[in-house]
Amino acid sequence: MATFLGINLFALSGQLLIGLINGSFYALLALGLAIIFGLLKIINFSQGALYMLGAFGAYLGLNHLGLSYWWALLLVPLAIAAIGILMERTLIRPIANEDHLYSLLLTFGIALILQGLFTHWFGSSGLPYAIPEELKGGTKLPFMYLPNYRAWIIVFSLVVCAGTWYLIEKTKLGAYLRAGTENPQLMQAFGINVPLIVTLTYGFGVGLAGVAGVLAAPVYSVSPEMGSNILIVVFAIVVIGGMGSIGGAILTGLAMGVVEGLTKYFYPEASNTVIFLVMVLVILTRPAGLFGKPA
Amino acid sequence: MNAPMTAAKEPMTTKSHREKIRISDLHAFYGESHILHGIDLSVNQGELVTLLGRNGSGRSTTLRAIMNMVGKRTGSIFINGNETINMPSHRIAHLGLGYCPEERGIFSSLNVEENLMLPPAVRSDGMSVEEIYEMFPNLAERRKSQGTRLSGGEQQMLAMARILRTGANILLLDEITEGLAPVIVQKLGEVLTKLKQRGLTIVLVEQNFRFAAPIADRHYVMEHGHIVEEIPREELEEKTELLNTYLGV
Repeated sequence: MATFLGINLFALSGQLLIGLINGSFYALLALGLAIIFGLLKIINFSQGALYMLGAFGAYLGLNHLGLSYWWALLLVPLAIAAIGILMERTLIRPIANEDHLYSLLLTFGIALILQGLFTHWFGSSGLPYAIPEELKGGTKLPFMYLPNYRAWIIVFSLVVCAGTWYLIEKTKLGAYLRAGTENPQLMQAFGINVPLIVTLTYGFGVGLAGVAGVLAAPVYSVSPEMGSNILIVVFAIVVIGGMGSIGGAILTGLAMGVVEGLTKYFYPEASNTVIFLVMVLVILTRPAGLFGKPA
Repeated sequence: MNAPMTAAKEPMTTKSHREKIRISDLHAFYGESHILHGIDLSVNQGELVTLLGRNGSGRSTTLRAIMNMVGKRTGSIFINGNETINMPSHRIAHLGLGYCPEERGIFSSLNVEENLMLPPAVRSDGMSVEEIYEMFPNLAERRKSQGTRLSGGEQQMLAMARILRTGANILLLDEITEGLAPVIVQKLGEVLTKLKQRGLTIVLVEQNFRFAAPIADRHYVMEHGHIVEEIPREELEEKTELLNTYLGV
């Protein structure tokens, strides 16, 4: 047994790995929420349900259409994005000028309907989804055994997050998005089709939830409740990182996963609450979040 | 399009070539508030026209209404011979309009160069970035600074430069000299004179009458959302007293 200062390194690194994996999902989902909040000022409560829909998309694609994991990873997020675009155009846009409470309640209602439908159709016990052949097995590291699929989750979500960050912070399209967040009316007066950008942004943001859903299918069981369970934590992360901060959402997501993992090792009883504790501390000391700009 | 066919179509051939903006019976609203009460005005190519009046007389709202940035507007606004009253804001700009808002509208999440490059080109013959940096050397020096870190004068230069790059040939400028040091106001005056020489059409909302008088061709005086007086440059001297009454000087 490898121990250091009484710490079981095998157990600790195991929890760290789980923390990083959870953190990858937190980061993907928080990033989507942050993008949507930034431009649309909508607190999208349906993000968790769309993540669930992504996992079911992979499951149904495999079992009914023979869609492999890799095709699912490409096509399901696009399908979720299309659903998001439809949602934005038909449901969210008509109430865009109302109080933000309306869109919050609307997206919350959509989440409940989706969750209810999938519980009705598939029951609430989880459905299995096999790890793709190419990513079965694992690698033996000094203190731990690293399953390949788990490494893949971390690497892939980091690539997606970094790519999104680059797109928003370093490109012309991203400049439109950042400027649109500040002053959409002036952007439009400059000749930029802001309503179109809003729709595409919403589609992209929920598409990220679809990516997370497909990634999650082989490691968490595919169940109607998977979205609502994770969403509350993700909201706490968005608050900690700072509403609308892109880099903040990514870094906080990963960090909170790790914090949760460490807590699981050192004081398991607190592992479910530690993120909320951090949230309370952050709200008390830095109300705009760790990376948010004070209003 | 529900354009008033009779009056509007007729002069298209000869006169409208010169007529860049023609507004008839424009009403504008913010929510329940009725701000503009039937504005009629026109601006010809190469003209510099000012909107004068006290605060709250509807000058800024007139510019915002042209860009369709008000809650609701009725009447008729022809830009380059195109009826725009039912056009979404982002299509209006592509008729060759450049709008510089009173609050300047510099984006804090973008640096100077990103701010400069942000608005898409609306015509093909905009000023190049080199020309712009030559006209506003300060901007070149600070191109990597956050947009809102610039001084007020530099921000104003940036707000102007931004629409010159797009090739807009009708400029709507709202209070560009407000709160700026005399030396910068003078510089802006030189810039406007240069733009006029290039044949650009300019509508200027201005509080600083001394700034506007020497460069303007015509003045519209606004009060309570109406145009109450139109003063060509030639009549300015004889109507100074009247103007002072309107402006409350």
